[in-house]
Amino acid sequence: MAEIRNFTLNFGPQHPAAHGVLRLILEMDGEVIQRADPHIGLLHRATEKLAEQRHYVQNLPYMDRLDYVSMMSNEHAYCLAVEKMLGIEVPERAQYIRVMFDEITRILNHLLWIGSHALDVGAMAMFLYAFREREDLMDCYEAVSGARLHAAYYRPGGVYRDLPERMPQYATRATKWHSEASLKASNQNRQGSLLDFIEDFANRFPGYVDEYETLLTDNRIWKQRTVGIGVVSPERALQMGFTGPMLRGSGVAWDLRKKQPYEVYDKLAFDIPVGSNGDSYDRYLVRIEEFRQSNRIIKQCVDWLRRNPGPVMVDDHKVAPPPRAEMKQDMEALIHHFKLVSEGISLPAGEAYAAVEHPKGEFGIYLVSDGANKPYRMKIRAPGFAHLSGFDEMVRGHMLADVVTVIGTQDIVFGEIDR
Amino acid sequence: MKTVMRFFKSLFLLELLQGMRVTGRYMFERKITVQYPEERAPLSPRFRGLHAQRRFPNGEERCIACKLCEVVCPALAITIESAQREDGSRRTTRYDIDLTKCIFCGFCEEACPVDAIVETNIYEYHGEQRGDLLMTKDKLLAVGDKYEQQIAADRAADAPYR
Repeated sequence: MAEIRNFTLNFGPQHPAAHGVLRLILEMDGEVIQRADPHIGLLHRATEKLAEQRHYVQNLPYMDRLDYVSMMSNEHAYCLAVEKMLGIEVPERAQYIRVMFDEITRILNHLLWIGSHALDVGAMAMFLYAFREREDLMDCYEAVSGARLHAAYYRPGGVYRDLPERMPQYATRATKWHSEASLKASNQNRQGSLLDFIEDFANRFPGYVDEYETLLTDNRIWKQRTVGIGVVSPERALQMGFTGPMLRGSGVAWDLRKKQPYEVYDKLAFDIPVGSNGDSYDRYLVRIEEFRQSNRIIKQCVDWLRRNPGPVMVDDHKVAPPPRAEMKQDMEALIHHFKLVSEGISLPAGEAYAAVEHPKGEFGIYLVSDGANKPYRMKIRAPGFAHLSGFDEMVRGHMLADVVTVIGTQDIVFGEIDR
Repeated sequence: MKTVMRFFKSLFLLELLQGMRVTGRYMFERKITVQYPEERAPLSPRFRGLHAQRRFPNGEERCIACKLCEVVCPALAITIESAQREDGSRRTTRYDIDLTKCIFCGFCEEACPVDAIVETNIYEYHGEQRGDLLMTKDKLLAVGDKYEQQIAADRAADAPYR
């Protein structure tokens, strides 16, 4: 009798459904996965090591590039760690701005997730709908920080600039494709400040989520592809260190925003959605509900920010540079500016761990300082890494086509896994 | 009863038709696609694009070679050499920004005490050969001269927030 051997299949690193540079070695028995071996490191940039040679503010733009679809959440964890070691309190307005942009980031991340996940599974249209909303949120990012993706907006001690009073607008000259009236209609929600624009978006967004649900939630093809795929029991999810929607999809109500509230989350009303079966479909439902809850938080933050103007940066020029007008007038402010730019802030010797509820799970920064102006060691706790470690267990026994579903449901981004 | 309902729901493809109704509705809605390059998406005055060096209104270059941008640059993309000019003022003899290293964080602009180095809202530029994306002092000043109006307008619009 002939010996039957397993077939080994290389999936990626150039596969369009591999979400970046994931390389999987799949051991197949026919079309059934026997073992999946993820190979990582193709996007390794040594962020942790680079951080040891840059002072604390210089490290900030590198945080954007970790999980490059939820930029401001990464910055948030880093800023929290530095602030924890400095022992400073951030102005309340800055805290609300941070929370609002954290939730905008969560929606941004989940929009990309739902678009690419559905695209991988075979629903082409979702991608277009999700990217339409992403465009609006990208405009918010750009209006506030000057970059659509790599914002570098949060700073230790607050945020760099206050929210602008004016939204950038489309040119209204008629073109071959759009009449002047049509372009003016595009500008309609851009007449006021950034907060007006965000509020307008928050009012429209639940309707869009309903559309996504109409397209997917009851769809029989979507259900066939996701129900019962990649089931994780709550016990295993905890053992494997899953966090975020991966854990909540399995029915464990763990969310750092509720369990260890940071910034102003304890003052805001929102719910934590929890799944029951722990399969891909439940995780989809959890993330859809997170859209709605994030939207709720954004509305509360807009409301608060409207009513409470104030500083967005600590008034301590040993930590945060003075405003530009002051820097140009005042010798002391200029010296502070020069010292902060060239030498940066020095943290007291010691260590701190700060984590945020990142759209993908618990994203933490562990800082060790020896008292210098650079970290002695920085460790990044990336949620995707733990999720990918559980990949083999999740796909074992499934068909080859389900690998794509499981990659999608894990919401893998290689920037944070490889670091 | 429930089973009968479910049977009819699945037989008549109700959920698929509902999904197709969404698609059908958008077929007749106003199209929001921006037809680049004839049409442009809006840009905020804070946009961080191609770098430029500015001059004072009297034509004197602003940069005083304090090297704050060089020291704050996280990617080490800026190289500066300085010397005393004949009139005794301190100026750069070399000011290079390697755009292939630059991560467009905007820290150089934040650091500059005289508003000399700025990031403009130009995002369409390219290099055809090696070295084209190494912005020398002359190239930076040329960009600054060409777009000074826009640069000044953007700085003025954002001045209250900085």
